[in-house]
Amino acid sequence: MSDVNSQRRGFLKTSLGVAAVSIAPGMLLFDVAHGKSEAVTSKVRWGMMIDTAQCKEGCNECVTACNTENGLTGGKLPTDSQWIRKIEIKDISSGRELSLPMMCQHCEQPPCVDVCPTGASFKREDGIVLVDKHRCIGCRYCMMACPYKARSFVHEVVTDQNPDVPRGKGTVESCTMCVHKIDAGEQPACAQSCPNKAILFGDLNNQESEIYKKVHSVASVQVRADLQLNPGVRYQGL
Amino acid sequence: MKLLASLLLFLCMPVVWAAEANIPKPDIGKGGQCVKDTQWMRKNHMHLLVHQRDETVRKGIRDDSISLKNCIECHASTKDDSVIARNDSFCVACHHYEAVKIDCFECHSGTRKSAWKQRSAK
Repeated sequence: MSDVNSQRRGFLKTSLGVAAVSIAPGMLLFDVAHGKSEAVTSKVRWGMMIDTAQCKEGCNECVTACNTENGLTGGKLPTDSQWIRKIEIKDISSGRELSLPMMCQHCEQPPCVDVCPTGASFKREDGIVLVDKHRCIGCRYCMMACPYKARSFVHEVVTDQNPDVPRGKGTVESCTMCVHKIDAGEQPACAQSCPNKAILFGDLNNQESEIYKKVHSVASVQVRADLQLNPGVRYQGL
Repeated sequence: MKLLASLLLFLCMPVVWAAEANIPKPDIGKGGQCVKDTQWMRKNHMHLLVHQRDETVRKGIRDDSISLKNCIECHASTKDDSVIARNDSFCVACHHYEAVKIDCFECHSGTRKSAWKQRSAK
């Protein structure tokens, strides 16, 4: 009898051991798996403040950084995607010249979202305007609706994309404010790369943030403010 | 009883042989199991991917454990860092066998992020 008992005890010990080993890897993997499991909220509104006095003529760092980060060719053909561009403007009467970056202005009332027939063009809770390429049919209504000419259509097959930035033929795309970087707690590539810190990125709703303080203390304008779209990108000294 | 069992076994063998001849043998890369068991994943992975894509794109929920990027991270071939490069690559092998077209990789990269980073840094 005692022999049977000890055998039974041994069996129980081994099976417990086996169970422990087989549970452990699963539990470990749950620990390893991370990332944001919470949805973004409208408590945050991402925006940018561009200081045109700091933006230098001829400097193209933000554009290059954007192209590298998002896998754009940087070509100048009408069919090449352009998420951010440098524009030079001149006041004819005074002769004052300015250079500034122009990209998706991430409107609070985006016309691109209004016109999209499939619901592909949408605004995320935190104010970032994006294209859900799973739903985009490439009709390009949004490109026509955008007063900032911010969107591009992908005309050719794209290969070797950045795994964080899916892009494909037949869909419309534009500046995502580097949403993959924001969700990882980083800054957009253009803001990171600017040698003169002309692009200030932050949360327009957070009273502690640098951008909030600047918006509330320095004169800045929204491009085409008359359209009342309330863009998230503001320009200082324009 | 034994006779019956061996008879059954004998009858089943040709079926097993025939099935094994064509069965896809995907290159599982590093492999491992972090979501559910293999059989469950074979049947249901597409539901997870569709669900997760909307959560991620629309709500910014980036749950690494069921993100496409993370699937690729472990299942890309150790030879060419891809899930789509060859006929026996992880995704292609079964999809080819079942004649189901994959649209994911018309936009998404089929390459492991670490490998892509190395390549683009050059």
